Amino acid sequence: MTTTETPQTADGTRRITTAKAMAEAIALEMRANPEVFVMGEDVGAYGGIFGSTTDLFAEFGADRVIDTPISETAFIGAGIGAAVEGMRPVVELMFIDFYGVCMDQITNHMAKIHYESGGAVNVPMVLMSATGAGYSDAAQHSQSLWGTFAHLPGIKVVAPSNPYDAKGLMASAIRDDNPVLYLFHKGAQGLVWMAKNPRSIAHVPEEAYTVPIGEAAVAREGSDVSIVTLSLSVQHSLDVAEELEGEGISVEVIDLRSLVPLDTETVLSSVAKTGKLLVVDEDYKSYGMTGEIAAIVAETDPTMLSKPMKRLAVPDVPIPYARTMEYGILPTRDKIAAAVRELAS
Amino acid sequence: MYREMVRIRHYEGRILQEYHADKTPAWDIGAGLIPGEMHLSAGQEPAAVGVCAHLRKGDAITAPHRPHHFALAHGVDMKAMTAEIYGRTSGLCQGKGGHMHLFDPENHFSCSGIIGQGYPVACGQAMAFKRRGTDHVAVAVAGEGAANQGAFHESLNLAAVWNLPVVFVIEDNDWAISVPRSHSTANTSNADRAAGYGMPGVRVENNDPDAIHEAAGAAIERARAGEGPSLLEIHTVRLWGHFEGDAQAYRGAELETLDERDPIPAYAARLIEAGDLTDDQVEQIKAEADAEVDAAVQFALGSPIPTADDALLHVFA
Repeated sequence: MTTTETPQTADGTRRITTAKAMAEAIALEMRANPEVFVMGEDVGAYGGIFGSTTDLFAEFGADRVIDTPISETAFIGAGIGAAVEGMRPVVELMFIDFYGVCMDQITNHMAKIHYESGGAVNVPMVLMSATGAGYSDAAQHSQSLWGTFAHLPGIKVVAPSNPYDAKGLMASAIRDDNPVLYLFHKGAQGLVWMAKNPRSIAHVPEEAYTVPIGEAAVAREGSDVSIVTLSLSVQHSLDVAEELEGEGISVEVIDLRSLVPLDTETVLSSVAKTGKLLVVDEDYKSYGMTGEIAAIVAETDPTMLSKPMKRLAVPDVPIPYARTMEYGILPTRDKIAAAVRELAS
Repeated sequence: MYREMVRIRHYEGRILQEYHADKTPAWDIGAGLIPGEMHLSAGQEPAAVGVCAHLRKGDAITAPHRPHHFALAHGVDMKAMTAEIYGRTSGLCQGKGGHMHLFDPENHFSCSGIIGQGYPVACGQAMAFKRRGTDHVAVAVAGEGAANQGAFHESLNLAAVWNLPVVFVIEDNDWAISVPRSHSTANTSNADRAAGYGMPGVRVENNDPDAIHEAAGAAIERARAGEGPSLLEIHTVRLWGHFEGDAQAYRGAELETLDERDPIPAYAARLIEAGDLTDDQVEQIKAEADAEVDAAVQFALGSPIPTADDALLHVFA
């Protein structure tokens, strides 16, 4: 059984982890709609390796919270088939790194059936999966890969950075008539067995609510430098923004939340305001999100930038094991701060 | 079943004719009123009619890249299907799918052009039928080449462990494009593989419509009764190329004997001998098939061609 922390503040305001927020959103949707069910490896009694299905098994039982064989092609394909018939499956791929054994179902079927059918068939399915590095799980269990899926037409891609968005985006994903790839960062889940940023535990309303897919958030307003990022890197960027405030640098942090659809308007208005742009991504650098944001700025109006922009991402190497090397290639707070200082100078 | 087999063969024959009719230059697979690859099902009609005779409205089929015989036998509208093959806006998929990607939600019919990848989707449809408490079944169809795909084996296990109402159908036409079965598969019957997944497996020899009908009936009835999945391998014949334009040099002397293996004249002869069919009825059935097919082709030819901008629609619902 996965455990997550659920501390209470002195005034009784409920604070929960990102993992618990995800599970709570799924539970609310399952109560409201009998067509919603969950399946994946260890989503049942265990509660999801990274806590995404915590307590669901106890409430809904094995009939609606279904442990699968280790057969990603079969059970993701089964999710697609159930969705084609109008059900709303929430399917977990334990690590996004496991995409290699089921990519055909994801890209040739989940993503394309609506288009190929000329809009006649919907695939209202959530595929949720754990992403991210930082705990020495090395090259096959630490990737982000959202850029890979965002590149392929037909899949909405979201990646929350905090408990509030995790719950609201999950509700939106389940209610969406399209396939949604919901990528949660292991380091932002609030797991008791992994180092975490305090931002992974926060106040979340008990009732159901949605966070719209395709709307970025201004996670922090600022006037000197814009950081555009998503997922765990938002937490790092907010830490850096607080730190640099003491140095007189005002940092705006844009949390993309969704890569598909991408909220270009929020990005562009921030860049127009600050004139300085740092894009931070825990995914690989080349052909990815950082390049996409750069291209959007360049296509819109490159004179918005008063200085050349910067990109901070994994430098096109697989994720290494040893801590020194792993943190050597990840976009850490120190690297974010250094890049912002350069832009602000 | 004979009528449906004739209907399918006349359809495929007409598509064959139309496919080549205006290919200019003739070698250009992308030219003509029907562009792209074309995989026709001549010879494999008994599999489709034998299986689909047992299906009801609401039962699902996932078909592979060679789908026309199962589509027609399962009730997919011939006109809308033909318009799709012609890439017209009145087609099943408004011209976005083409002949390998036919989707008809009303009849729960879909295709996948990726070998063996329709099996998992059928499991999911069966899962939905079971969860909703219906007695509908899902039929997953692919060729013998697909039985060496991981998706096939994963799906058999999943369907068995969850007791899903699925019938896995393998059409063994001896050839995976140009590779004979003996070069790709160590065992001689894929039905034997069913035992490894704890389900019944049957292989029907000789492309015999009646034998297929009987075996399919047992498997579908079993699924409908909640008794779980089955595997049915049908030994059939691919009378034409893997795709149109396939010279089939790799088949050698077999090509000369294919006419003898055509299941339709053989079935007609058997029915006539038994007194269940007359020569007049044969002619009438052929004439009716021709008329229906011609109406479908005319419908397609008279349908609008999509605009370039239509390509931007339907990425998301």
